Amino acid sequence: MMHWIIAPVILPALLAPFIVLGARYHISIQRSVSIAGSLAQIAVALGLFLGAADGTVTLYQLGDWAAPFGIVLVGDRLSTLMVLLTAVLALFVMLYAIGSRWDERGRHFHALFQFQIMGIMGAFLTGDLFNLFVFFEVLLIASYGLMIHAGGTARLRAGVQYVLFNLLGSTLFLFALGAIYAETGTLNMADLAERVTLVDPQATAGIRVASVLLLLVFAIKAAVVPLHFWLPSSYAEAPPPVAALFAIMTKVGAYAIIRVYTMVFHPELEATAGLHGVWLLPAALLSLAIGMVGVLAARKLDRLVAFAVIGSMGMVMVSISMFTQDSIAAALYYMVHSTLAAATLFLIVDLVGARRANLRLSALPMIPGAAMISGMFFMAAIAMAGLPPLSGFVGKLLILDAAFTTPLMAWTWAIILSASLISVVGFARAGSTMFWKAKSLGHQSSADDTVAPPAVLSLVAVGGLLSLIVVLTIFAGQVHGFMSELSAQLFQPEPYISTVTDTPGKLSTPKEGY
Amino acid sequence: MEFLVASAIGIMTAVGLYLVMRLRTFPVILGIAMLTYAVNVFLFASGRLTIGAPPILRKGIETYADPLPQALVLTAIVISFGMTAVVVMIALGAYLGSDDDNVDDAPEEDTPGKGDAA
Repeated sequence: MMHWIIAPVILPALLAPFIVLGARYHISIQRSVSIAGSLAQIAVALGLFLGAADGTVTLYQLGDWAAPFGIVLVGDRLSTLMVLLTAVLALFVMLYAIGSRWDERGRHFHALFQFQIMGIMGAFLTGDLFNLFVFFEVLLIASYGLMIHAGGTARLRAGVQYVLFNLLGSTLFLFALGAIYAETGTLNMADLAERVTLVDPQATAGIRVASVLLLLVFAIKAAVVPLHFWLPSSYAEAPPPVAALFAIMTKVGAYAIIRVYTMVFHPELEATAGLHGVWLLPAALLSLAIGMVGVLAARKLDRLVAFAVIGSMGMVMVSISMFTQDSIAAALYYMVHSTLAAATLFLIVDLVGARRANLRLSALPMIPGAAMISGMFFMAAIAMAGLPPLSGFVGKLLILDAAFTTPLMAWTWAIILSASLISVVGFARAGSTMFWKAKSLGHQSSADDTVAPPAVLSLVAVGGLLSLIVVLTIFAGQVHGFMSELSAQLFQPEPYISTVTDTPGKLSTPKEGY
Repeated sequence: MEFLVASAIGIMTAVGLYLVMRLRTFPVILGIAMLTYAVNVFLFASGRLTIGAPPILRKGIETYADPLPQALVLTAIVISFGMTAVVVMIALGAYLGSDDDNVDDAPEEDTPGKGDAA
């Protein structure tokens, strides 16, 4: 049995206590351990990704217990792709946090960061719904700490909202799990996929309730309107590097929806037929519209980016909720793109915020280093708004193409296109107010000229993320080809299910061990 | 017994939901606590209600208690306990910082700055 698949979880789980216990007062050791950990994480993630790229499904039975009894980790194309994305994002965010010295402004940044990574990786890799809940809690409790990192009243207030909303989400998750267990007697996803087909078609009320509850939970994580209320304040008030890392957290919700609703409660399943498609697509279109209108309406740059995250999640969910092979492939391409674009924007917001009196969209004297920062903002905004030539445009094109044959095509196209227009106007207004009008006011007074230029590491981080977006654009053909294969694997879950349920382990046949 | 357990879960959920929709932190946290109690009992009941039945296989016994929900409940209790402690601490910090324990967004202040100067 290959043990590497648990490394993305184990590695941060070992590094974090070491950072707390061994290097508590030595920020430089913490930094080097964190960076080394992130690099190792990328290496492992790349190995897993390449190992799964040919379609193999890797199973890891914790404690060697066979599937429905023990917890399993499963690595297929989707999981390893998300693991790789997380690892890469984490490295750049970590570089930025070090470069901008955000990690010094409170205690335990690096330890919490590692725990956060551990939770996210676990959520992507696990093959068990209750274990998914546990990893959600791991990533949430670390995110609570990161969210209020460096303190401040506004941040604590936003933190309270964030924690309360997520506690409600967790409670709902438990209700959903209890209902699923009561109906089917299992929480292992592969086993569940087999058992839900056996549910009596006359008595599907319980399983339908459970499936909708579960969808609600994941929709909260993915910030689908009307369950998005936790996002704008918490992302805008969180320390910007943390907000950049949180860009992957909404994707955890999207990942869970893709995983559970293509394998367990897939669209053809009789017991839950026509449930999620009916509700998810309108909600996703609504979040796309509201997010982009929020971009236009925002009065501060950080809120603007937070609403752009809601809008781009709406775009991802529109594509997911069509539940066809093409649409899932398009959604995954857009998801990778929007993670990178949102993280870049949050980091740029911090570059701006550190050099301005505030982040309000009003003309203030020009910030030092405006040429480069505004150039990067321009590029990231183009990517986020989905204008050519960057990957947002490619992703949107793929989604529009996938929507072409669906019954709600007119609505989908109209909302996607008009929301894009609105977001272009919103970003253009923000950029021109902050960077262009500033020119007419001249430079800031000499007292503020002492602000240091951005640290090299910060620029490396932002530049690295931007160049990843460019790479994603240049190799769009290959990436989309891979996403199509991935999506094909999702719609043929039999190898996944049989790998999980048929691999022998302890208790797999009652007579063997006991 | 089914009626008792079901109505207990229902009442606790209703109370919890009502409290969660209040404006101040303290009732909201109490509401979350009520909801977690409700969900713990709900999880416990998801393995069917049995009295005096053993959870481990033995010879000559027909009815068993399902041990898995009990393990799930233990995990859920520990997690919700920890989370409640965290939210109490954060809420206390927010209250002491702003002299105001409402959970909604603060009215937009006119002074510049993001309030994170500390």
